[in-house]
Amino acid sequence: MSWRIEVREKEGFYDAVGESIKREIADLGFENRIKEVNAVQVYLLEGELKEPDVKFICENLLIDPVTQEYNYKGTAFNDEEFKEVEVAYNPGVMDPVEASAKKAIADLGVKGLRAVKTAKKYLIKGSLSYKDIRSIAEEILYNKVIQHLVIGQSKIISEGSPYQFKLSYINILGASAGQLEKISRGRQLFLNLEEMKAIKQYFKKLKRDPTDCELETLAQTWSEHCRHKTLRGLIEFEGRTIKNLLKKTIMRVTEELDKPWCVSVFKDNSGVIRFDEKYNVCFKVETHNHPSALEPYGGAGTGIGGVIRDPLGTGLGAKPIINTDVFCFGPPDYPYRKLPKGVLHPKRLMKGVVAGVRDYGNRMGIPTSNGAVLFDENFVGNPLVFCGNVGIMPKNKSLKKVKRGDLIVVVGGRTGRDGIHGATFSSGELTHQSKGSSGSAVQIGNPIEEKKLTDTILQARDKNLYNAITDCGAGGLSSAVGEMGEKLGAEVHLEKVPLKYNGLSYDEIWISEAQERMVLAVDPKNINELIDTFNREDVEATVIGRFTGNRNLRLLYDANVVCDIDMKFLHDGLPNIKRKAVWRKPRFKEPMMKAKKDLTGDLLKLLSNLNIASKEWIIRQYDHEVQGGSVLKPLHGPNNGPGDACITRPILSSKKGVILSCGINPDYGKIDPYWMAASVIDEALRQTVAVGGDIRKSAILDNFCWGNTNKPDRLGTLVKASQACYDIAKAYEVPFISGKDSLNNEYSTGKKTISIPPTLLISCISIMDNISKAISMDAKKPGNIIYIVGLTHDELGGSQYYKMNGFYGNNVPRVDPVYGRRIMNTLTKAIGKRYVRSCHDCSDGGVAVALAEMAFAGGFGMSIHLGAFDPPKGQSLLRNDILLFSESNTRFIVEVSDEGRFIDSMKDMPIWRLGHIRNDRAFKIFGIDEKLIIETDIDTLKASWQYPFRNL
Amino acid sequence: MSKVLVIVIRTAGTNCDKETVFAFETAGANVELVHINELVQREKKLEDYQILAIPGGFTYGDDIASGKILANELKFKLEEDIQKFINDGKLIIGICNGFQILVKAGLLPNLSGSFSTIEVTLTVNDSDKFEDRWVHLKKVKSQKSKVKSKCVWTKGIDGIIELPVAHGEGKFIPRDKDVLTQLKKENLIVFEYVDENGMRKGYPYNPNGSVENIAGICDRTGRIFGLMPHPERHITSFQHPHWTRNKRSENGEGDGITIFKNGVNFSRKYL
Repeated sequence: MSWRIEVREKEGFYDAVGESIKREIADLGFENRIKEVNAVQVYLLEGELKEPDVKFICENLLIDPVTQEYNYKGTAFNDEEFKEVEVAYNPGVMDPVEASAKKAIADLGVKGLRAVKTAKKYLIKGSLSYKDIRSIAEEILYNKVIQHLVIGQSKIISEGSPYQFKLSYINILGASAGQLEKISRGRQLFLNLEEMKAIKQYFKKLKRDPTDCELETLAQTWSEHCRHKTLRGLIEFEGRTIKNLLKKTIMRVTEELDKPWCVSVFKDNSGVIRFDEKYNVCFKVETHNHPSALEPYGGAGTGIGGVIRDPLGTGLGAKPIINTDVFCFGPPDYPYRKLPKGVLHPKRLMKGVVAGVRDYGNRMGIPTSNGAVLFDENFVGNPLVFCGNVGIMPKNKSLKKVKRGDLIVVVGGRTGRDGIHGATFSSGELTHQSKGSSGSAVQIGNPIEEKKLTDTILQARDKNLYNAITDCGAGGLSSAVGEMGEKLGAEVHLEKVPLKYNGLSYDEIWISEAQERMVLAVDPKNINELIDTFNREDVEATVIGRFTGNRNLRLLYDANVVCDIDMKFLHDGLPNIKRKAVWRKPRFKEPMMKAKKDLTGDLLKLLSNLNIASKEWIIRQYDHEVQGGSVLKPLHGPNNGPGDACITRPILSSKKGVILSCGINPDYGKIDPYWMAASVIDEALRQTVAVGGDIRKSAILDNFCWGNTNKPDRLGTLVKASQACYDIAKAYEVPFISGKDSLNNEYSTGKKTISIPPTLLISCISIMDNISKAISMDAKKPGNIIYIVGLTHDELGGSQYYKMNGFYGNNVPRVDPVYGRRIMNTLTKAIGKRYVRSCHDCSDGGVAVALAEMAFAGGFGMSIHLGAFDPPKGQSLLRNDILLFSESNTRFIVEVSDEGRFIDSMKDMPIWRLGHIRNDRAFKIFGIDEKLIIETDIDTLKASWQYPFRNL
Repeated sequence: MSKVLVIVIRTAGTNCDKETVFAFETAGANVELVHINELVQREKKLEDYQILAIPGGFTYGDDIASGKILANELKFKLEEDIQKFINDGKLIIGICNGFQILVKAGLLPNLSGSFSTIEVTLTVNDSDKFEDRWVHLKKVKSQKSKVKSKCVWTKGIDGIIELPVAHGEGKFIPRDKDVLTQLKKENLIVFEYVDENGMRKGYPYNPNGSVENIAGICDRTGRIFGLMPHPERHITSFQHPHWTRNKRSENGEGDGITIFKNGVNFSRKYL
């Protein structure tokens, strides 16, 4: 018997969900026609349930008796005036409420329940046609990748009949070159011809065709996502052949600097550095661009969920303590008519992505404390979603080693069809057909499953119950077992893997990217205690095989061998392909802008620029304080100014902290990838210094998001950026500890291909000995003196000021890392001695924006005189607008109370007195000729800065 | 002298447990972090503890409604143990998700005395969004000054304190006018959201749209206390968003520690 239950707010109670949907509908252009929206939660229960059972379940579980009412008799809530829309999950898509509801109904003591499903019903009132409602539904109420509109009423669809085993071989031995390419395309393997040929060669020796499973395993392992074959391959550039660009640039910095506090770098799932005598911390940043483009909520949620499992799978497991997120979207006001086919509107994408990160991160109880959001038209078809996670672990749990004979144990969530082909999908280009054809690559996360998993893994770790751990990420079991068994070999019995529902083939089980799973290597003597540790907290742990020692990867399904290949071929058989790279500096139009007498309007406009404006709307949706360790939060001062970096105290009884910051600038990337990379390294480091950090205790991570690097011009920019990473990080003496690249960020509509600008995200992690020495960016006290540290050059190329006026220009900011290091280290010392009351780095929008942000954040005005005090050596008196808006690197605005001591401590450094903090709310800047060029007040500045994202 | 023993309950999705443990330890107690399954399986017994704390988080993902599933576990699986715990004169605190659980299990405000009627609720914020922000709280004085607040957890707190809220479902709603009148009459409303000057104001000062700005309530004994803001996130001044504006000497304890100290000190007398 099945029951349909509808729950909604009683008359007279505010329906917050319905109201916010109403606002969104109004936003779509229906403001005069939409009257009311009611949200109704639908539950479908199936099983031997009698009417009193159902009533009992409703009253004791499904409704809030204070605010809600229900019905279960089929007389659905409706009213003549309302039109109905019902949205349900597609079959096979995980509905997180399902498991909780089953558990909760069992807790009530009600027996006989077989299945639960949920759906959402919206009652919409207004002068809207069914056609309008359908388009509204598509725009904001559901995403066809994971959901569907219900015609009539939702039903429970039983999921799959039992799987009938049938082994399938793929004929490649007899395949021509053209057919090989066709096989690769048709099966979404994303392997090129050279690679297909190498596979053919290998199986020729074995005198048989590969099974589908073998081919899939090779495709996963050899994917760009898992292998980084571009960065590690051969590149022909400017007459030279570079062998392994990654090793020659990024990893070389770390190797040459050889910092004793780098514990485990470029080896494990995240980079590990020393925290204190007892603990190490690790950090990893990943991207989840393509899944987020198709299904923003699920894509971004599993992005953060996935990267959390990296520290959890590092060493013997680290406790996740901080999340970071950086997004690049198209402009939220992008015209609908210009939107390419198959692309979600940037505003919807942004809202979905933010909600996805919010719901996953908040439920995991990990503070999301640092990030950035940028907007550019080139991200319309292909947004970027970077998610990072920091973990902490005891020193002696930082390394792992699989032993021969160890059992392979999968723990956590069950395996379903979710996310099949994620690794290969992420290595290809998005097209307007991606939504239809790659739907299964989209995963929906269940953060509570991952939270349980995290809690229990850390217990098992502390009881020393396993020898190694890794996460099931891209490629699923295939990658996890493949990596762990690389040296020893592994045998897996696929029929033992617990499934969410019937009907999965051996191949699907092996490559599924179902979330919230980890793989452990367990000594057989510990297996019972291990399983008990997980089961006690309702987490499944299942033995699926063992690490053999014969260096083979052997997979069975009910005693049938479905895969039998050599680990050596799997890991080393990838042919080294030579790619061509070229780079020519593009020439952009150089703006001819007249000097203006009044720059007030320009400053206000800059503050409302989306890249600069307040992101408070996003920040507050993230719990950035859970775990209690937040010392410097994302927003500073009584008026919530933008902090440069966050500081967290992982051990509440200790004064030691972790600083996180990030640098990113796609605008510079369009002009010059070398100086873009240099600038974002400088940005991440100066943000760390600005809060009281020390670059000598800092390490950085690289995340390259590029276009299709099979195209020589895209690869050329990658080479230039990598070279900058070596030059600049080496000179700053800051090692890289981990990184990841996401290539093929292009969107093709059939005729046209749009590439994202070369975008490098640098994330910086730094250890702070005493968090009580941290400083924030908000102006503290009237009368205190304002200085700028660092030199301003005519470097407006790629600046927000140029962009605002419709130009790019060419003179991007450069970096002098040798001088830069001296400046930063000297300033770190001055801050450590408490000579600096507040500090803010100069980035987007330059000096003027930095000054304005400090002033309104602290609630005090400022008087700035560019012409009153002697500039330091090397500083020319440029035009007012250049001095105020140029984005030269390695610059800080500082507020000092004891000027004499500050000047002494900054001896030989380029410091320039600019003015002072006022005791009223006026904000005035006088130019080099002492004439007033900016005159406003901090309330106007703040309002301009907060306006764009205020009413989302 | 033996120490007060606190049990902090956790389950799938609890996530403010470690800082709650730290807060009670800082206040001088011994603390055990116990999974709900251990209580249900009788591996641990409630009667061995003097204080029961239900920390914040998203128990069971807040699926169906925030706190509901754990509330039902307490109600249907541990009812007798909890009633005994309360009847023995021991203390209970629920913070954020813990407050939602106490309310939905019928343990707060428990005007009926039956431990099972849901008299108030905490529901979706008016903004329909999860929000993390700091709020100002004022202890509610009774209209009739004769009825002193019985809440043992907030003894000695005077004036305005600052704590963060971080929730999506914190809008306090009483079942009906009678409940609200009764709460006021018996002085069971402990904290209300106010502005810097102690005046009742709307959003964002009242972050969720709570009726009469109610942020926390206690039961008639004053020993069971629930609140949406997080006192465990303001144990030291370094957790306050504006600590960098203070002089160095001004940084030390945070506003939240008093609540934990009150609980521990009260329980010590009854050891």
